[in-house]
Amino acid sequence: MIAHKRILRKRLLLIVLLLVLILVTSVVSLLSGDYSISLHALMQSMLGNGEPEDELVLFSIRLPRITITLLAGAALALSGSILQDITHNDLVEPGIIGINSGAGMAVTVFFLFFPIHPGSFAYMLPIVAFIGAIITAFLIYLSAYTKQTGLHPTRLILTGVGFSAALSGLMLVMISSTDSMKVDFIVQWLAGNIWGSDWPYILSFLPWLLVLLPMTLLRLHVLNLLTLQEGNAVGVGVAVKREYLYFLIIAVALAASAVSVTGGIAFIGLMAPHIARFLIGSRAQSYIPVSLLVGAWLLLFADTLGRVLVDPGEIAAGLMVALIGAPYFVYLLVQKK
Amino acid sequence: MLGQSTYRISFSLKIVMALITACALFLLSLLLGAASISLDDLWLAIRTPAANSLTLAIHEIRFPREIAAVLVGSALSVAGAIMQGITRNPLADPGLLGLTAGANAALVLSFILLPSIPYYGIIMVCFIGAAIGVLLVFGISSLNKGSLSTFRIVLAGSVVSSFLFAMGEVLAIYFKVSKEVAMWTAGGLIGTDWTQIRIITPIMLIGIAAAILLSRELTVLSLSEEAAVGLGQKTIRVKILLFIIIILLSGASVALVGRMAFIGLMVPHIVRLFTGKDYKYIIPMSAIVGAGFMLFADTLGRTINAPFETSAAAIIAVIGLPFFILIVRKGGKSL
Repeated sequence: MIAHKRILRKRLLLIVLLLVLILVTSVVSLLSGDYSISLHALMQSMLGNGEPEDELVLFSIRLPRITITLLAGAALALSGSILQDITHNDLVEPGIIGINSGAGMAVTVFFLFFPIHPGSFAYMLPIVAFIGAIITAFLIYLSAYTKQTGLHPTRLILTGVGFSAALSGLMLVMISSTDSMKVDFIVQWLAGNIWGSDWPYILSFLPWLLVLLPMTLLRLHVLNLLTLQEGNAVGVGVAVKREYLYFLIIAVALAASAVSVTGGIAFIGLMAPHIARFLIGSRAQSYIPVSLLVGAWLLLFADTLGRVLVDPGEIAAGLMVALIGAPYFVYLLVQKK
Repeated sequence: MLGQSTYRISFSLKIVMALITACALFLLSLLLGAASISLDDLWLAIRTPAANSLTLAIHEIRFPREIAAVLVGSALSVAGAIMQGITRNPLADPGLLGLTAGANAALVLSFILLPSIPYYGIIMVCFIGAAIGVLLVFGISSLNKGSLSTFRIVLAGSVVSSFLFAMGEVLAIYFKVSKEVAMWTAGGLIGTDWTQIRIITPIMLIGIAAAILLSRELTVLSLSEEAAVGLGQKTIRVKILLFIIIILLSGASVALVGRMAFIGLMVPHIVRLFTGKDYKYIIPMSAIVGAGFMLFADTLGRTINAPFETSAAAIIAVIGLPFFILIVRKGGKSL
C-alpha cells in the first residue's frame, strides 16, 4: 500500500514536470521561426494589446500548429502504448506495423478521386483515415494469423513492414497519374509535415481524442491485465479476445486520426511508452498517462527543431522524428535477446 | 548418375524457355506504349535510327529504357539471390536491407558536395552508399549475440532504411537540392540514355558473371556455415567477394533507376520452384527471370494508365507484398 502511494506520488510529480517542460517548449516554439517574436511581444499579444502582425503569426499560425502537434503526439503515444501492451512486444508501433500507411493510402485516394468540399474536408479526413487504417489492420491481422500459433507478434511485425513498403509503392502508383500540385501535397504528407495546422483541423481531430482518451484511460486496469500471460488474464476473469479487439480498434483509431492531420509520423508511438516505462515502471495505470505527455512533448520538440533548423522553410516533423527514433529503435534491437 | 543428366537436360530446356519468354517480353515492351509502334518501324529503327522522328524516338528513348529494365531486373534478382544464400534468410532483398537507402543518402551528399559530378562519379558514390547501408544493417543485427535471425535483419533493414531516407531528405531540404534528387530517385526507368547504359552494362555483366563463378561456393555456404568450413572453404574471403558483388549490382541499379524494392526478394523464390536449391542454377535463372519480370512491370506501368506513366517500382512493390506475406507465414522458410 505504501509502495503504491509512492508510485502515485511519483506519477503526479512526473506529470507536473512534463507539463512544465511542454509549456516551456511551447513558448520557445511560439517565439522562434522565420518570423521571430520577442518574449515581451508575446506577453503583450497574450494580454490582447500586441502588434497585429505578431498576433496573426501567434494565433493563426503557431498556436494552432503547436496545439495539433501536442494532441497528435499524445494520440500516437497512446496508440503505441496500447499496441505494445496487447501484443506483448515492445517493438510494435503504429508506424512500423503499417497502420500509418493504410491511413495514408485512404487519404491519398480520398484526396485524388473524391470531390473536395472545403467546408467538410477537414472533418472527413480523420474518418477516411480511420477506414483505411482499420482495413489495413484487418488485412495485416488476417495475413499474420495462423491456426497453429495464433497472432504471433514476430509475424505481425514482419507482415506490417511488408504492408508498409507495398502501400508506399501503391501510393506512388496513384500519384504518378495526377497533377503536380496534388502530388506535392501527398509527398509532404508522407514526409510527416504537420500540415493541418489550422483551427478547423483541430476541431475535427479533437472529438476523436475526447472520445478515445476516456475509453482507454478508464479501462487501464483491464489493459494492465492483458499484459499478463493469456492464461492468467483469463484466470482473473478477463474476456481476452473481446478486450484485445476493443483495444486494437482504439489504437488504430487513435493513430489514424492523428496521422490524418499530421501526415505520416512514425516512432513516437515506439519511443514515448519506452521512456515512460523507464521512468515509472510498466504497470499500465502508472505509465500510460506519462507516456501521453512524453509523446506530446517529443513531437513538439521535433517539429520545433525542424522549423528552426532551416531558414527559410522547414524540415517535416516526421523526418526529424525518424532521425531521432531510428537510432533508438536500433538500440532496442541490439539490447533485445 | 542418370538422374543428374536428365536434370541437366531439363535445366537447359528451362533456361532456353525462360530466355525465349524474356526475349518475347523485350519485343513486346518495345512495341507497346504511349506511342504505338509497328514491327516495321522497329526494324527500321534498328537499321537506320535517323530515318524519321519515330525511329529516332525508338532508338533514343525506348531502347535504352528497356535495356535498363533488363539490366536492373537481372542485377537486383541476382543480388537478392546471393543475399538470401549468404544470410540463409529468405526475406533478404537489396531494397529491404538498406542498400538502396544507403545509395540514396550518398547520392544526396554527392549532389551537395560535388554538384558537377560526372555520371561515373555518381556510380562510385552509389557503391559507397550501398556498402555503408548494408554494413549498418548487418552490423546492427549481428551486434546481438546469437545468429542473424530473419526477424532481426528485416527490422534492422527497415529501420536503417527509414533513417537513411529521412537523413537524405533532411539534407536535401537543408541544402536545397531536393528537386535534383527527386528527379533522380523517383524517375525510375524514365530518361535512361545510352551514355548511362554504356557505363553500367559492363559493371552489371561482370557482377553477374562473378556471381555465376562463385555459385558453387554460395550453394555450400547456403547450407550451413559449418558445412562450408568443413569442405575447406575460406568462408570469410568468399563472403567478402559475394558482398562486393551485391554492392556492385545494387549500387549500379540505384545509379540507373533509383528505388526498387521486392524484386530481389521475389524472383529467387519463383526461380527456386523450378531449379531447386543449387545456386549454379538459381543465379543464371534469376538473371533471366528478373529481366523478364522487370520488362513486364515496366510495360504494364506504361500501358495501364496511359498516357501517364506508373512507376515499375510501384507495380513491383504491389505484386511483391503477397510474396512477402507468404514467406512470413511459412515461418521464414523458402517457398
